[in-house]
Amino acid sequence: MVSKIELEKKLALMSNSPDLFKREIAKVKKELAELDSQPQDRTPWETVKLARNPLRPVLQDYLGAIFTDFTEFHGDRRFSDDKAIASGFARIGGEPVMVIGHNKGKTIEENIERNFGCALPDGYRKALRMMQLAERFNVPIITFIDTQGAFPGLEAEERGQAEAIARNLVEMARIKVPIICVVVGEGGSGGALGIGVGDRILMLSNAVYSVISPEGCAGILWRDGTKAPLAASALKPTAPSLQELDVIDRIIEEPADGAHTDYDATFAAVKQALLEELKGLKKIPKAKLTKRRFEKFSKMGIYNE
Amino acid sequence: MAWFSTSKAKDKKFNEDIWLSCPKCKKHIFKESWLQEHKVCPACGHHGKLTAWERIGITLDEGTFTELNGAIKPADPLEFNDAKGSYKDKVAETTEKTGLNESVVTGSGKINGIPVSIAVMDFRFLGGSLSSGTGEKILRAANYAYEKSVPLIIFSASGGARMHEGILSLMQMAKTCAGVARLNDRDIPFISVLTDPTTGGVSASYAMVGDLNLAEPGALIAFAGRRVIEETIKQKLPDDFQTAEYLVEHGFIDKIVHRKEMKNTLSRILSFYNR
Ligand SMILES: [Zn+2]
Ligand SMILES: [Zn+2]
Repeated sequence: MVSKIELEKKLALMSNSPDLFKREIAKVKKELAELDSQPQDRTPWETVKLARNPLRPVLQDYLGAIFTDFTEFHGDRRFSDDKAIASGFARIGGEPVMVIGHNKGKTIEENIERNFGCALPDGYRKALRMMQLAERFNVPIITFIDTQGAFPGLEAEERGQAEAIARNLVEMARIKVPIICVVVGEGGSGGALGIGVGDRILMLSNAVYSVISPEGCAGILWRDGTKAPLAASALKPTAPSLQELDVIDRIIEEPADGAHTDYDATFAAVKQALLEELKGLKKIPKAKLTKRRFEKFSKMGIYNE
Repeated sequence: MAWFSTSKAKDKKFNEDIWLSCPKCKKHIFKESWLQEHKVCPACGHHGKLTAWERIGITLDEGTFTELNGAIKPADPLEFNDAKGSYKDKVAETTEKTGLNESVVTGSGKINGIPVSIAVMDFRFLGGSLSSGTGEKILRAANYAYEKSVPLIIFSASGGARMHEGILSLMQMAKTCAGVARLNDRDIPFISVLTDPTTGGVSASYAMVGDLNLAEPGALIAFAGRRVIEETIKQKLPDDFQTAEYLVEHGFIDKIVHRKEMKNTLSRILSFYNR
């Protein structure tokens, strides 16, 4: 197959006499567009690293770029305000929504304060409060998933990390307003799923979503954490694989070299996808939403019978 | 004669047909009394692991259990291979050894005359891990309870999600919880019984959201593994950390129930259910 560079050279040459090469130019342009839309030949492990790239846009970037009027609310009314998760009302394209997401920081200071987006039970309970608030206000919910996983610590276990996540899985199945979930970076296991049950599950093209980190899986099944690249291939955590397994509904294409290389293009793609999905979900009668969501998750899984 | 020997395991020549060593206190105990007590150590009270069928045998009224969806078994959706071989082979081997098709046995039956939908996990099947098949069976058990308006009882014993099925195993957490959620619409009770061990993706889904959560004494109940936590926070954890008793103290388990009291405790609770 011809490389992108060759095609671009050809195009540059021909554009000196556009009239002469009119048909040829159109053909090359089409080939270039096809090349651009093809997934890059990255290994799953390379995609994992891209999904974790610290320069990738995080929740606060999306909040600033594609939402207006973000009005943040704090606290789980039980114990604390977990800064690993941020939540509040906002508008997108003028439409009111509730935004909830893992809140990775951009600096070391921010990340320490927010525990690198690894939430405590308090964070999941705050998220649930906010979903119920959205239900009360009758606005759709958009969640941004971007976490290595729920925080594994003494106080997390003490305050019921397992119960907090499980409770969200039960209650998100019952929330009577539309829920759109977007995996924007790393979707780490139960910590991701804890805000990941919705009517439409979207994923950026270089995001990953997995039951366990490749390192963790390699440590258990290979007894060698350095075998993470092998585990990453085996776990199939990339967006195309997840779409094939009917776990996600839509892939949002990132700029070819990753979301971090062109913020504006990424924001535009995410915003467009969210607006389209919101529009689609608006058409579903409220009474049918939870039934549809139940059926959607009922179908997940592949087994023999 | 005492029903256990106080001698240490290495002292005596050990006849495995007659004696076994308690997994917890290491004392030699008569195999016969261990089995009579349904694998509870007569010396220290340690609750050993039961197979799903043993559990069904001591929980449901004789002859009332009807297995449902027993033909569900794992597929290999990811064509998963690890250092030790293929997931397919591992499943075949486990099925051969245990006679089980999946890590849970589900069906209907009666507890002291009260009809229930029941799911019992079996740790022998790949550590009781939650797979697509396991999730489907749990969901169908919840759906059976929903349709027949009978209480749902789940006995959990699991190391968590089954990595070999990747993201699909994670999604079973949401799927099973969606099934449990629907019981609320008809006010159908769900009693979760957590046995040793109930960890990871199973503790973070259906096992922890019973209307009542019961547990056997000493059961390990955790979200994250002890070693992961110690590595993360670089600090020693309390000895009773993540035991059933610890969870009662912190408000996440309603009651610890000794194995020999379990059936009657379940039926006493269900007798309050005013259908
Ligand atoms: Zn404590
Ligand atoms: Zn003992």
